[in-house]
Amino acid sequence: MFTAWSQILKRDLLIAFRRRSEIIHPLIFFVMVISLFPLAIGDDKVLLQKIAPAIIWVTALLATMLSLDNLFRSDFEDGSLEQMTLLKVPLSLLVTAKITAHWLITGLPLILITPLLAVLLYLPGETTWMLLLTLLLGTPTLSLIGAVGIALTVALRQGGVILSLLILPLYIPVLIFATLALQNTVQGFSAEAQLAMMLAILVLAITLAPFAIAAALKVSLN
Amino acid sequence: MNIIQSIKRLYHQFASPPYFYRISGMWLPYIMGLFIILFGYGLYGGLVTAPTDYEQGEAYRIIFVHVPAAWMSLFIYMVMAVAGAIALIWRMKLAEIVMICSAPIGASFTFLALATGSIWGKPMWNTWWVWDARLTSELLLLFLYLGVMALYNAIEDKRTAARAVAILALVGVVNIPVIHYSVEWWNTLHQGPTVTKFDKPSIHLSMLIPLLVMAVAFKLFYIGNLFMRVRAELLLREQKSKWVKELAEQS
Repeated sequence: MFTAWSQILKRDLLIAFRRRSEIIHPLIFFVMVISLFPLAIGDDKVLLQKIAPAIIWVTALLATMLSLDNLFRSDFEDGSLEQMTLLKVPLSLLVTAKITAHWLITGLPLILITPLLAVLLYLPGETTWMLLLTLLLGTPTLSLIGAVGIALTVALRQGGVILSLLILPLYIPVLIFATLALQNTVQGFSAEAQLAMMLAILVLAITLAPFAIAAALKVSLN
Repeated sequence: MNIIQSIKRLYHQFASPPYFYRISGMWLPYIMGLFIILFGYGLYGGLVTAPTDYEQGEAYRIIFVHVPAAWMSLFIYMVMAVAGAIALIWRMKLAEIVMICSAPIGASFTFLALATGSIWGKPMWNTWWVWDARLTSELLLLFLYLGVMALYNAIEDKRTAARAVAILALVGVVNIPVIHYSVEWWNTLHQGPTVTKFDKPSIHLSMLIPLLVMAVAFKLFYIGNLFMRVRAELLLREQKSKWVKELAEQS
């Protein structure tokens, strides 16, 4: 069971490293959208500092959503997804391997580049650490919830817009807790409660989302 | 044992489209009739006989529409999720149709709750909209409904679409409490619940009775409206089957 899991993880990572644009494009999108805000608002240090966590989080949310399209698309089109459903290993387990690979390819680079963007938006060091922590706890949840949406829409021709309608409302708790944690940090309060909630949501998503994803993929393959 | 068996029999009877079509047609006039009576009584009780609120004046009377609509918005989502679970587990066609036909009604009630809340907010809070916890979670519920409807319309094969929507509705149900509490934590300005405190409701009986009557009336309206939609959808989907052809010949 574990070999199948690690094989899929390895395969997805290998494919991503052969086609590096898949890793790089969401990152470029992330950096570009964030740099639009100072251009639109003006070089107002106080204002930018204040809204920087919100900008970075909303953009991270959108970047994750855009990158989701790669998650099942090619496997769906070339039929390997159908083969996976025929394996003895449950599909719900296999999709976690794909999501792990997807997070390593898109979520992790996003977190790694964030300190740079925090500097661009004049964010102080302590807040940057909290921002990284919330992203570390939040982006896996975003990948898991988003995978449900993409599993439902993978068979559709114009799935992109519908995907955003489906999953953006489901992303809101993560966004709220992350930005609350950051607000608390800025004001000098403890953010432990929000981080605990984010962890709880992550655990809930890891437990339940794979079953929903597997069921949705089977409907889409129908 | 007998009770379980008769429930089973009832379930199988209702799962059959011609049976449901016949029975719902028989019930529909009574449901809508009762709705009109209760709705009229509730409106009269709420708008005329209920006393003026000493704090909010006459403007509070909008709660006789607002609160039942808000209750319905959540209730219908729950119905959708339960129907979705039945549709996924037992592949029951009627449950799929009930789920799909509930979505637009639920979305309308959610919109009604938002609109009346906004109208009430203007004299009370002196603003049409505040990013308050309950308003925001109601808005998000509307988004969930719109997502459900968008997904259903996007998938061409309607049986596949119904199963996809069922999964989405179930995922949404898990998320509703999380969304609700996260938003509540985020910001709160809306007045606390006054009716659901069962030990000692902080609402006077002369206001409570019309409110509850309106709530029942709204439920009846939902059932009646749902029956009409389900009947139309059944005819459309089963247009090639024998019982629909027989019906068409009779009329």
